[in-house]
Amino acid sequence: MTDKLSVPVTGLLTGGASVTPVMADRVVAAFLTNYRRTWRASIFSSVLAPLLGLVALGMSLGKVVDAGPGAHAFGTVDGRPVTYLVFLAPALLANTAMQTALGESMYPVMQAMKWQRQYHAAIASPLSALDIYLGHVTFVTLRILMNSTVFFGVMALFGAVHAAGPAGIGPLLALPAAVLTGVAFCAPTIGWAITQERDTGFSLVFRFVMIPLFLFSGTFFPVSQLPAVIQPLAYATPLWHGVDLCRGLALGTATAGSVAGHVAYLSALVAAGVWYGRRTYRRRLNP
Amino acid sequence: MAQITSPELPPAVETALIKAAGLRKVFPPTRRGGDAFTAVDGIDFEVRRGEVFGFLGPNGAGKSSTMRMIGCVSPVSAGELTILGMDPRVDSSRIKARLGVVPQEDSLDLELRVRENLLIYGRYFGLKRAEIAARTAELLDFVQLADRAESTVEPLSGGMKRRLTIARSLINSPEILILDEPTTGLDPQARHVVWDRLFRLKQAGTTLVLTTHYMDEAEQLCDRLVVMDHGRIAAEGSPRDLIERYSTREVLEIRFAPGSGEQEAAVAKAEGLVHSGERGSIERIEELPDRILLYGADGEAALAAVHGSGITPLASLVRRSSLEDVFLHLTGRTLVD
Amino acid sequence: MTTTELPLTTPLARLLLGRRAFGPLGGSKAPVLIERNMVVYRRLWLMLASGFFEPLFYLLSIGVGLGKLTGAVDGVPYTDYVAPGLLAVSAMNGAVFDSTFNVFFKMKYAKTYDAMLATPLRVGDIAVGEISWAQLRGLIYSAAFLAIMVAMGLVHSWWALLALPVTVLIGFAFGAVGMACTTFMRSWQDFDLVTLALMPMFLFSGAFYPLSVYSHWIRVLIEALPLYHGIDLLRALTLGRVHVGLLWDVLYLMVMGAIGALVAGRRLERLLLT
Repeated sequence: MTDKLSVPVTGLLTGGASVTPVMADRVVAAFLTNYRRTWRASIFSSVLAPLLGLVALGMSLGKVVDAGPGAHAFGTVDGRPVTYLVFLAPALLANTAMQTALGESMYPVMQAMKWQRQYHAAIASPLSALDIYLGHVTFVTLRILMNSTVFFGVMALFGAVHAAGPAGIGPLLALPAAVLTGVAFCAPTIGWAITQERDTGFSLVFRFVMIPLFLFSGTFFPVSQLPAVIQPLAYATPLWHGVDLCRGLALGTATAGSVAGHVAYLSALVAAGVWYGRRTYRRRLNP
Repeated sequence: MAQITSPELPPAVETALIKAAGLRKVFPPTRRGGDAFTAVDGIDFEVRRGEVFGFLGPNGAGKSSTMRMIGCVSPVSAGELTILGMDPRVDSSRIKARLGVVPQEDSLDLELRVRENLLIYGRYFGLKRAEIAARTAELLDFVQLADRAESTVEPLSGGMKRRLTIARSLINSPEILILDEPTTGLDPQARHVVWDRLFRLKQAGTTLVLTTHYMDEAEQLCDRLVVMDHGRIAAEGSPRDLIERYSTREVLEIRFAPGSGEQEAAVAKAEGLVHSGERGSIERIEELPDRILLYGADGEAALAAVHGSGITPLASLVRRSSLEDVFLHLTGRTLVD
Repeated sequence: MTTTELPLTTPLARLLLGRRAFGPLGGSKAPVLIERNMVVYRRLWLMLASGFFEPLFYLLSIGVGLGKLTGAVDGVPYTDYVAPGLLAVSAMNGAVFDSTFNVFFKMKYAKTYDAMLATPLRVGDIAVGEISWAQLRGLIYSAAFLAIMVAMGLVHSWWALLALPVTVLIGFAFGAVGMACTTFMRSWQDFDLVTLALMPMFLFSGAFYPLSVYSHWIRVLIEALPLYHGIDLLRALTLGRVHVGLLWDVLYLMVMGAIGALVAGRRLERLLLT
């Protein structure tokens, strides 16, 4: 499941960008132009892949799980046990955001840097290295927003979004939560990708970072099912925070404390990522 | 009287390593209802042992198609082709075992390092590893890449990649080395390095067959060449022969301000100098979009005659005739647009 | 010639290829391609190893982690049920990846095959060599995964020994069809279709749950897909539920591989020797 996807929230980023005139929007425009040529690929990854995942795992496998001995392991809402589909769907939303983020943050950076050299053209214009970095982050954020929105819509169609929660808007907040999760992945990853000379590291990230996160960070079963020694590790991953946040909001089970904790963790990751990306882009583009 | 047989006479293959008669290459239509494309339209030539044989012509003349047929990677559509006495349709593997190929487009193995490129390529020929290792060291020295042996291919410059391709093509000590546009895309300095290495191979007795659309390359390297245009051979001979046969000793080039109409007027006046019988007489005139070429035995005298007839060019140049002029004469077009 | 000859592969390759532009198709020199790939992957061992870890991660997550919650499926613990499915999926994915992305890259961009064809190698050597390498690699992954299944007590029968050749059969069937498809591809965008074919098969072919959750007609549809047959075979072997009907699965995969190889061989020659 190494498809390409993407991400979110520029408000969080502009704080770090206020030093230079932000011309990042031009970079975004350039990427969007390019994106129009490759939309077909992303229709698949953004719409079909999550849809199929939800149907196969949430509904079909869900029949098996809901009939099994662990049917009550997924908590209750309004006194009724949560079905596997409802348990899984918000977690897959967070995963869609992560996969989009990682998919758009590695090969496209190398492509812009080395293969098609758009970065060289951009840095020769009035754009600064920080503009280029933020432009890329913003573009990926938009992609994450797009894909997450589509997936969220599919979830709703399948009845996997609970209408419960304070004033009924709680579940809608799962969408920005997913976008935040995605940005927490793309901000540092884009900064790292620019330092790479070859693309071999990228497939290792997919296989040894993304897939284990997808499989062990509470998406398919509660982290409490993992061996006790591994549990702290799973709780420390950004994806678990994203999954738990999205799930809590979608099911209406989130508490103010848990939401604050998750948002603080993910925002800190975004801030650290921007700090790091700003350094690596500067070093690479203005040597 | 009985015929005198001469046992010392070498077999036919010794006189012609490659022999083509009525050779044709026709590509089927790419679309239903489209037209078939004839890339090579019935050509005859012979390549002899130890010579450097060239195909000179512009892009699309059919040179590469001819080379691919010789390299046994493109089936002959019609006519005869014999390489080292064998038929490519039957013996392609045995022929290829004795050829070296430098393709137009670099096909180095990007997943292998410089030394490994030679090692693995040698293995494709079934050579023993120890043998290849010894030869690799020699060949990397020969193409001046010994210090890059452990490098990956990607960071090498265009000239280095070309030289590595040449080294690779020599791993099996080929009897014939075929090179398709060996210096296209290289800067002048890199071209001279490649020419120098090819010249050394020629000195060492390797038979070289090359295509080029650079007349200076053909003049520098080729003992004999054919001029190709639209899939046919327009002329054949040594560079000197061809120049003598199809051009004059010298050429006067004159230029005028673009768009001034002076060039047209000058052509009309210069017609009077053709076969004038006087000093500065010229044999013929070629008009190009940006200049006029006046062909004669004595360029300086022709220039004086041009001035004398009231033509005042913006710039003028007297030079020796080249293969470019031969091509222009034969086809009415220039080699490089 | 010091190259090890593989005399058996030549008639096979000849059978699979039609129009001969240049005498015999070859196939006997395929081992040098394996040698080349071993030199390449000596430096990329981590990447090579990752191909083994992916199914293992799935086994530990879906099989073990989720398995505690699902209870027994089809009369066996869920982990035992899922493991052979993952083995089949991994054999499919490896073969398809090698025969599509890798072959396309070498054919269209790196011109690797053009360089090989300038030497005594023939199209048959290349086809047999590339398919053999993919099979060899897949075989190592499958053997390692099976060993883990044995260690975890997921294998119920000695019939499981046959699972190894079956993974090779699955790899051959998918690899041959993948290579045939690759010869029709024009750009990287066309590879979306590959993902489009693989992902639903991966999710719906019964690797994770029994087909009994489906309605009749969906079930018939799934049973027509090739991955279902691979999963069915491997599950029967590792759980020791062998019956004659499995020969249909074998036949299906063999026919699929033969058709793929036939098309791939003819198309490759036409593409490479123009």
